[in-house]
Amino acid sequence: MFNKIHLSALTVVGAAVIAILPATGAAQQALTIASWGGAYATSQIEAYHKPFEAKTGTKITSVDWGGTLGEISAQVKSGNVKWDVVDLEAAEALKGCEEGLLEKIDPAKLPAGADGTPAAKDFIPGMILPCAIGVIVYSNVVAYDKAKYGANGPKTLEDFFNVTKFPGKRGLKKDPSVTLEWALMADGVAVGDVYKVLGTPAGVDRAFKKLDTIKNDVVWWTAGAQPPQLLASGEVVMTHTWHGRVVTANLTEKKDFAIVWDGQVQIPDLYAIIKGTKNSALAQDFIRFASSSQPLADQAKWIPYAPTRKSSLALIPASNPYKVWLPNAGHPGRSMSTNSQFWMESGDDLNKRFAAWLAK
Amino acid sequence: MSAALPLYTTPLQRIGHWILWIFCAAVLVFLIAPVLVVAPLAFNNEPYFHFPVKVYSLRWFHELFTNPAWLHAIYNSVITAVLATLLATTLGTLAAVGLNHHNLPGKRLIMAVLVSPMIVPVVVLAVGSYFFFSKLGIANNLLGIVLVHAVLGMPFVVITVTATLGGFDMNLMRAARGLGASQLTAFRRVMLPIVWPGVLSGALFAFATSFDEVVVVLFLGGPEQTTLPRQMWTGLREQLSPTILSAAFMLILFAISMLLLLELLRRRSVALRGVVE
Amino acid sequence: MVADSTTALGQRLRKAERRGHFWAYVLIAPLFLFVALSFIVPLGTVLLNSVYDPIISDNLAHTVRALDAWNGPRDQVPPEPVFAALAQDLKVAVQEQKAGSIANRLNIEESGLRTIFMRAARRVAAQEEGPWTPFFEAADPAWVQPLIWGNIRNLAAPTHSLFFLSALDSRRLADDSVAPQPEDQRIHITIYLRTLGVALTVTLACLALGFPLAYLLAHLRDKTANLLLILVLLPFWTSLLVRTTAWMVVLQKEGVINSLLQALGLIAEPLPLVFNRFGVVTAMTHILLPFMILPMYSVMRQIPASYVRAARSLGASPSTTFLRVYLPQCVPGIGAGALLVFILALGYYITPALLGGSTDQMISYFVADNMGRSLNWGLASALAAILLAAVLVLYAIYDRIAGPGNLKLG
Repeated sequence: MFNKIHLSALTVVGAAVIAILPATGAAQQALTIASWGGAYATSQIEAYHKPFEAKTGTKITSVDWGGTLGEISAQVKSGNVKWDVVDLEAAEALKGCEEGLLEKIDPAKLPAGADGTPAAKDFIPGMILPCAIGVIVYSNVVAYDKAKYGANGPKTLEDFFNVTKFPGKRGLKKDPSVTLEWALMADGVAVGDVYKVLGTPAGVDRAFKKLDTIKNDVVWWTAGAQPPQLLASGEVVMTHTWHGRVVTANLTEKKDFAIVWDGQVQIPDLYAIIKGTKNSALAQDFIRFASSSQPLADQAKWIPYAPTRKSSLALIPASNPYKVWLPNAGHPGRSMSTNSQFWMESGDDLNKRFAAWLAK
Repeated sequence: MSAALPLYTTPLQRIGHWILWIFCAAVLVFLIAPVLVVAPLAFNNEPYFHFPVKVYSLRWFHELFTNPAWLHAIYNSVITAVLATLLATTLGTLAAVGLNHHNLPGKRLIMAVLVSPMIVPVVVLAVGSYFFFSKLGIANNLLGIVLVHAVLGMPFVVITVTATLGGFDMNLMRAARGLGASQLTAFRRVMLPIVWPGVLSGALFAFATSFDEVVVVLFLGGPEQTTLPRQMWTGLREQLSPTILSAAFMLILFAISMLLLLELLRRRSVALRGVVE
Repeated sequence: MVADSTTALGQRLRKAERRGHFWAYVLIAPLFLFVALSFIVPLGTVLLNSVYDPIISDNLAHTVRALDAWNGPRDQVPPEPVFAALAQDLKVAVQEQKAGSIANRLNIEESGLRTIFMRAARRVAAQEEGPWTPFFEAADPAWVQPLIWGNIRNLAAPTHSLFFLSALDSRRLADDSVAPQPEDQRIHITIYLRTLGVALTVTLACLALGFPLAYLLAHLRDKTANLLLILVLLPFWTSLLVRTTAWMVVLQKEGVINSLLQALGLIAEPLPLVFNRFGVVTAMTHILLPFMILPMYSVMRQIPASYVRAARSLGASPSTTFLRVYLPQCVPGIGAGALLVFILALGYYITPALLGGSTDQMISYFVADNMGRSLNWGLASALAAILLAAVLVLYAIYDRIAGPGNLKLG
C-alpha cells in the first residue's frame, strides 16, 4: 500500500513538472496590453487587438489596471515588467516619461491619416507626446437612471452636490482627478479658473470642504464597469461615470440611463510602452497600428469615444448610433478639458491629501 | 453529560439550559447560513446577486468552465497548489519526525519559528517576497508563488504530523530497529504506514491554504499567473459577475469533500494507532 | 570498578543521545533552510527597506559629498561648490532618466519640491558650466532657500528613520528637528487605533459567541459533538473569498437580511449593513470564530467533570461552581483562543478591503496601498515592520500561554 502511494506521488510530481513547463515557459509572439476593462476594453479588443492579431499572428492578452503610475513604477523598479503596452491618461504619460518608466516613441514613424494628412497634423494637438500616442478622448459626466427620476432628474453639477433636493448615495471615482474640479465648479468657480484656484492651498481646501458636504453619501468606485452596475442595482441615485460606459449600457443592455453633460471633463487616453519590456518593437508596431485612422474610427462602433485623429472622424458613418454621443457632439452645459500638466505636477500631493481625507 | 437534564435541576436551570441551546443554535446558523446562502444564487439565470431566484440554470457554470480566463485561473491554482503541497508535505513531515525526538534542545523555539508563517500577516510576507524574489528574478513566475505557498502551508503539516506522531508508539520503531532494520527502513515500513493519514491531513490543509490564497498572488503574480481566488478578487472588486458565485459553489463543494476526507482520515489514523474511541 | 562501568555507560548513553539529536536536526534542517530562505529573508528585506533608502546617496553622490565638506548650519544656503556638484549629478540623472524619481522622493518629504527640482533638471542640459548658483536661482528661487537643501541633507545618508517617522505621523523638517505631520496627513496613528479597535471588537464578539458554543460541544457526547463540529469546520474550510462574497450577498441592500426584514415589515428602507464597520466586524467574526472555538473546545473537553460534581456536592450553587471551579480551568483555552483571534485580526487585509468603506481600512490595506498606489515602498515597509513587531510580541505571549503545538485543527 505504501508503494502505491509512492507510485502515485511520483506520477503526480511528474505530471505537474511536465505541466508547469508551458505555464512558465516563454510564449511565442505575444503582447500584454493593460487597459481599463469593461466596455472600453471590449472596444479596443474588437477594433485594435483582433485586427492586429489577424495581421501579425501575435497573441494579445488583455489586462485591467487601475491607472496609477505606481503600478507601472513597481514593475520597472523591481525589474518585473508584466505588461508591454499600457493605456493611460496624459498626466501619467508625461510624468512616466520624465521618470524613465516609459519608452520613447518616434513620432516620425507614425503613419499618415487615411486622407493623406501627415500624422503631426492629423492628430489633435497634444496627442503626440514623447512617450505616448493619444487614441481617444472620453468625457467624465454624471449619470442617473431615468427609471428613478424620469424627467425630474439632476440637470447641473450643483445638483450632484445637492443632497437635500436629490437625497441618496452618489458614486464618485476614488481619485482626486475630476472629483476636485467638480467640487470647485459646483462651488461657483468658472471653468477657466478651475486650475488656477486648484493650484492654491486655499483652493484645495475649498474643494475638500465642498466634498465634505457629501462625503457620507458617497460610494467610491475604482473600475469603469462599476458605475453602470451601481445605477442598475440602485446602490446609488447618480454617479460620476465615463460617458461611454452608460451609453453602451443603454444601447446593448437596454438600460435607460441619462447623462448630465453640464460640467463634463474631457480626458484623452494614450498608449505607451513600459520601459524594459522584452517586446518593445512589437509594442511599437501595435501602437502605430492602433492609432491609425481606420482602427480609431472602428472603435467608435463599440463605444462613443472621440478618435484623436481628424481623419478618423470622417470615417465614422452617420449610421453609427454612437455618433451623437461623442463628447463634442454639441451637448448643453459647461465643458472643459483636463489640464494634464497641472495633474503631472500636483498629482502626487493631491493624491496624498485625498487618500488621507478618505481614510479619516 | 448528555442532553437530558438530571432530575435535580431547578426550573431556572432548565430555562438556562434551553437558552444555551437556542443561543448555540443561533451561533451555528450564523456560521453556516452565509455559506449555504451562496449556493442557490450560483444557479440563478439572471445576472443578479439577490433573491428571489426565478429561473434556475447552469449558465454561470458553463461560463466558468468555458471562459479561457477562468480556465487558466483554475489550471494555475491546481498546479500551484499541487507543487506547494508536495514541497510543504515532504519538508514538513521530515521536520516533524525530527522534532518528535524526545528531549530535543531548542524544540520549542524551532516549533515557534516553523509555525510563525501562520501567524505573521500575509501582506508583510507578500511584500517581502515581492522585494526578495524580484531581485532573484523569479517574481513573475509560478515558482515564486509556489515557494511562498509552501511556506504558508508547511505549518499545518508540521502541526498535524506532530500531533499524529504524539500518539504513535515509539516502541514499534525500537522493535524494528532491534530486529535489524535501518533507520530509513524502519521509518518507511513501520512509521509511515501508520501515520500516513496524519501526513495526508496535513497535506490537505496545505493544499487548501494554497488553493485559497490571494494576497501573495496579488503581489507576486502577473497576468499569466492569475489563480482562481485572484480572478474572484478582481470580480468582487470590479465586475461582480455571477461567474464568481459558480466558482464559489465549486469551492464550497471542494470544502465539503475535504472535510469528509479529513474525517475519514482521522478515523483511519485512530484505527491504525490502535486507539479505542 | 562499578563506578567505572556506570560512568562509561552514562557516557555511551549521552553519546547515543547526541547522535540521535544530530539526526533529528538533520531531518529538521531542510525545512528550516527553506523557511529561512522563503520566509525569514523576505521579512528581513521588509525590515531593511524600512530604513535603507539610497536614492539620494546613490544618485546625488557628489552633492552629498560637497554638502558633507561644507557642513554648514541648516538655516543657510550652501555655497557655489555644492551647486556645482548638484549640477554635475543632475546632468547624469537626467541622462539616466532618474531625475523624476529623485524629484518624487523629495516631494514625499515636502510638497512642492518636485516642481522645484524638475525645473532645474529640465534646464540643466543646456548649460555647460558655472556659475551654478545663479542658474539654479533662475530655474526656481526656492533653490536659494534652505528648505530644499535641508530636505536633501535629511535624505543624504543611505539609511535613515524618515519612514518610521512618517509611519508615526511625524516628519523631519529642513532644520533637522522632528515635528508632527500637517493636520490633513496625520492618519497613521488613527489607523493603528482603528486596527486595534476592530481586532478587539472582533475578539470580544468571537468570545461572546464562541464560549457558549465551545461549552456546549465539550459537554455533549462525542458523536453529537463531532457532528456539530462539522458545522463549525465547514466555514473554516470554505475559501475566504467565498465567505466574503457570501457576506456581501447577505448584507447588501437587496440582500437576504434586508429582504427578510422588509418582508416581515420591520423596516421600511433597507439598512446599510455592508461597506461599513458593521459589515467588516460581522464578516471577520464569522471567519475567525472557528479559531476561537477550537482551542477552547479542546481545553474544555479535558476538564474532568468530577470537579464540577464535587463542588456541587459540597453545596456550591451552579453559578458559584461555574465561576470559581470551571471557568478558571478554561482560562488557558480562552487565552489561547482570544490571542490567536486578536493576532489574526490585526493582520487582516482582504475582508476589510472588500466589505469595508474607505474609513474602515486597517494597517495591511495601507501597506498594500503604499506599495502599489503611492509607491512609497519605504513607508509600506515601515508600516509592515510595525505590524510585524506587534504580531511577534503577541505571538511570544501566545507561545508562553499555549505553545504553538496547541493549535488543534480539528
